[in-house]
Amino acid sequence: MVDRKRLYDAVLNGDQKDAVAVTEEALAEGIEPMELINGCMIPAMDEVGRLYEAEEYFVPELLLAARAMKGSMALLRPLLAAQGAEPVGRVAIGTVKGDLHDIGKNLVASMLEGGGFEVFDLGADVAPERFIEAIREKGAKIVCLSALLTVTMPSMRVTIEALKSAGVRENVKVFVGGAPVTRQFAEEIGADGYGENANVAVALARQAAGLSVPV
Amino acid sequence: MKIREMVAHGPLLSDGAWGTQLQARGLGLGECPDAWNLSHPEDVCAVARSYIEAGSRVLLTNTFRASPIALAGYGLAGQMARMNTAGVAHSRDAASATGAYVFASVGPSGKLMMAGEVTESELLQSFRLQCEALASARPDALLLETMSDLEEARIALAAAKTTGLPVIVSFAFDTGRKRDRTMTGITPEQAAAAMEEAGADAVGANCGNGIEAFADVCARMRAVTTLPLWMKANAGMPCIVSGEAVYDTTPEDFAAHLPQLLAAGAAFAGGCCGTSPAFIRALGKGWPHAIPADRL
Repeated sequence: MVDRKRLYDAVLNGDQKDAVAVTEEALAEGIEPMELINGCMIPAMDEVGRLYEAEEYFVPELLLAARAMKGSMALLRPLLAAQGAEPVGRVAIGTVKGDLHDIGKNLVASMLEGGGFEVFDLGADVAPERFIEAIREKGAKIVCLSALLTVTMPSMRVTIEALKSAGVRENVKVFVGGAPVTRQFAEEIGADGYGENANVAVALARQAAGLSVPV
Repeated sequence: MKIREMVAHGPLLSDGAWGTQLQARGLGLGECPDAWNLSHPEDVCAVARSYIEAGSRVLLTNTFRASPIALAGYGLAGQMARMNTAGVAHSRDAASATGAYVFASVGPSGKLMMAGEVTESELLQSFRLQCEALASARPDALLLETMSDLEEARIALAAAKTTGLPVIVSFAFDTGRKRDRTMTGITPEQAAAAMEEAGADAVGANCGNGIEAFADVCARMRAVTTLPLWMKANAGMPCIVSGEAVYDTTPEDFAAHLPQLLAAGAAFAGGCCGTSPAFIRALGKGWPHAIPADRL
């Protein structure tokens, strides 16, 4: 019998090799993919989030945990797809027009993927039209906008206005984040939420997808 | 000249932000500020002069993003060498009026090695090429600034040291409740100790989240190193007023923190994002009278 605690620990400790190995063993024993996700990996990511908030974990640990979870998800996703299971949600993410910084955006994308979301990473310096495209053609229901520069923050407002003009604003939740972004700014431009850090961003997305969010 | 000799007679006033000054002169959204070294030399020289006129004794260069990796994002990697040498020349041109020092600015790659976005050898090569280009224009020192990742800082320092110029390594502490960690979780003590061990000539902090936190960061570095300390705070978090970033901190608020910063052991002080020549003037007013007359 595979020890499920091992999968939890592998994600928590960012051990991708072990996460993949335990996932393989568990699948060979006939354990359901959803059971591994809900029973081991999501609780582990919750604990990672808690340690991050407690300042015991920082970005490197988040990245490693997300990578371990992604390693395991790579094995589970085809099985879920074969069962006709939908991803927990579809997210279009990008750094807004005029801004080339992508470390924070990549981190959030990685953590969302690890959390079972299908992520359309549009890259950096993304024009509003490309977000609209991702909503219309890929079915993204969550849009995550990132900016690192004070001068590019207004591009977030422009993007949200463009979603309105295109008539797709009501179909999606829009979340914003990045070093200079504040809650007040998020409210002012009509975003649905503000992710103070990558951990909060994932919690917002999970909430939007109707999943439980750790308190 | 060694960094220690430069500050032997007392701390030196450095400069303030460049990007916002260039924006005021028309630099567009998403445009590469460093490209203006070639396309708008008069504007870059005017910003450099404005800091010399405000009293800066150390002037940086408009070369923060002019590394092959960062410029590749703008499709400008081909202009890398010229952008760097022009940046040093513009600052030297302004600094020569008073004999102020020119420290050439090198920013981080903007890629996370630990996320596999860039390899160690790619980083080394990128920093090496930029540092060599800068060194060929003969600045007084190289400043590796706004670093977050200790490994990247070590690689950048190794590359910078091959030029034979003095090297300062400065980190951005902007994470955690006390804003005393870099993005990757590094503390001031870890950063200072690691850089001294790796052969830096000075260490410090820049950007961050307001000058309030800097005296503490400075004192914590001082506790673990005898190297000269470089401190360049930003003007805090901006608020957005009708689409524009506005910083609440006034030059006088900013300068009020100078005595604590110097008491904590800062050998250099100046401003980062959100500061302007007015901030440097305000710092100059409160400057201790340890600057020899021949340097004024």
